[in-house]
Amino acid sequence: MNVASACRRITFLVLIACATIARAQTALQVTQIAPGNYAHRGHDDVATHENGGDIANVGFIVGTRCVAVIDTGGTLAEGRALRAAIRAVTPLPVCYVINTHMHPDHIFGNAAFKDDHPQFVGSVTLAQAEASRADNYMRALNRELGSAAAGSEIVAPTKTIDGTGTLDIGGRTLTLRTWKTAHTNNDLTVYDEKSGTLWTGDLLFVHCIPVIDGSVIGWLDDIARIRQMNPRHVVPGHGPLDPPWTQSLDAEERYLADLARDVRAAIRKGETIGQAVDSIGLGEKDKWLLFDMYHRRNVTAAYAELEWEQ
Amino acid sequence: MGAVVQDWRDIMKTTWSGVRAMTVASLAAAALSPYAAQAAQPDDDPDKVARWIDFREGTFKGRTIDTHGDAVIKLDAPARAADAAVVPIAINAQFPQSPARYIKKLYLFIDENPEPYAGSFEFTPESGLATIETRVRVEDYTFMRAIAETNDGKLYSAVRFVKASGGCSAPADKDEDAAERTAGQVRLQAEGQAVAGKPELAQLMVRHPNRTGMAMNQVTRNYASAYFIRKVSVTYANKPVMTANVNFSISENPNFRFYFVPSGSGELKAFIEDTKNKHWDGAVAVKAQPGSAQTSAMK
Repeated sequence: MNVASACRRITFLVLIACATIARAQTALQVTQIAPGNYAHRGHDDVATHENGGDIANVGFIVGTRCVAVIDTGGTLAEGRALRAAIRAVTPLPVCYVINTHMHPDHIFGNAAFKDDHPQFVGSVTLAQAEASRADNYMRALNRELGSAAAGSEIVAPTKTIDGTGTLDIGGRTLTLRTWKTAHTNNDLTVYDEKSGTLWTGDLLFVHCIPVIDGSVIGWLDDIARIRQMNPRHVVPGHGPLDPPWTQSLDAEERYLADLARDVRAAIRKGETIGQAVDSIGLGEKDKWLLFDMYHRRNVTAAYAELEWEQ
Repeated sequence: MGAVVQDWRDIMKTTWSGVRAMTVASLAAAALSPYAAQAAQPDDDPDKVARWIDFREGTFKGRTIDTHGDAVIKLDAPARAADAAVVPIAINAQFPQSPARYIKKLYLFIDENPEPYAGSFEFTPESGLATIETRVRVEDYTFMRAIAETNDGKLYSAVRFVKASGGCSAPADKDEDAAERTAGQVRLQAEGQAVAGKPELAQLMVRHPNRTGMAMNQVTRNYASAYFIRKVSVTYANKPVMTANVNFSISENPNFRFYFVPSGSGELKAFIEDTKNKHWDGAVAVKAQPGSAQTSAMK
């Protein structure tokens, strides 16, 4: 046997081992915001190579039997870091990976959990929403994150929720619920009854501007129902963990209600989308992070939704 | 291949211990990835885009196009689209239509769309102003072009770069069957008080999925067939004022704003046809106030 080649081979295996260990050690930073509920605070930004797509709040809930993951982050790498964070807390298996909706910052870490063979759980409309956008999401991910996106892929749900459903993770029952089309057409919330913690996904944005990729009217209806759930703790999809949620929900509702009101008025006056975009809601600029990135889109979406209303 | 090269550079910057394993993984991902194509950039030369050159040669057969057509048309489109499925655009005529000099046709071309030629809009002296506003889907970073053909056969173009992505593959996501059932609701209206002899703004709205055929059905793994409004003909007092031959690059629930010149009273009528040969129409009576001599044709 060629000694040099054997040495290279061993070196190669050692390098792989080193890389694997190094990866296992970079765990996502998580906070226990309520007993058994661990959440990671994403960056208040759009996905970039620098932040590695880590822009959404993600996390997990630990039962006595197993772990349920709630959203997996913007890349395979983030999903792996989340998995490492779970391993630092508990050796219990991951039995559910729940996606609160189709957006890339919430789903692209799913692949990190494939070897755990969990049920991937989502709204009954999630799979269709993902499939129809898959090419575009992959293209945008690679463009915006470059090498940081390596290995990321869409992993479709294997268990779907239509209305409400429960998951038993041992000693805890999680109530999953789908909603009227709001942020998207496949929004899903997770409620941990034991601690009274509601994981809203992107039905609640805190400090970061809400983004409409569904329906402004549906969202306003959903907000009223979320308020009735009266949770003790809330993990929003974006923004500070466990905020004073009534105020946060009020702020979001006010933004969306004002938007709907002003867009309706613009339509009545015969204004174009362009005119509406240039004039509506400019006073909100200092109240929300990422206003410049998403507010115009929201006006456009609301206009297209509301122009056929009367 | 530019993306692969970029991957390599990024890999070289990563820590030494991870180099080899990550390289293998990245190369495998790059080789498997169909998404590595380089996107168009704003500083590319708009005259050197192959799809545009093909179309230009096929449609205009070597005729000269004045690429500084600012005195004829201006194209308004957002540099960065707020929503790629609903990108509002306007092709603004820079002079009023007259029998002596008028724009007879506007062509709209979106380089990076699956079907780059979005369609054409035809006008007559009775249009008053050959301006069209609508909303389009934009699939990827792209040049967008409007080409005006005047009645003397000359061609003028205006070009804009638009950053947007996913407008064609994003489905409407409502119940598709329901969208098809409600298709064809039409609203046609004149905006404000019409004045005889003065170009009057009209708006035509059509309820229609205007499906691209690019969104995959997750259950059947099939792509729904494209289904869209292909022709819109608008007349005033039975004379054509705007005729659009368009495709799925126009957004869901197509919306068109255009002009016509009212005289006394007459009817504005729209005839709409989709790719399943279904057709609908809309009509609105327009009563114009007598015009004053000072009325300018320009807004």
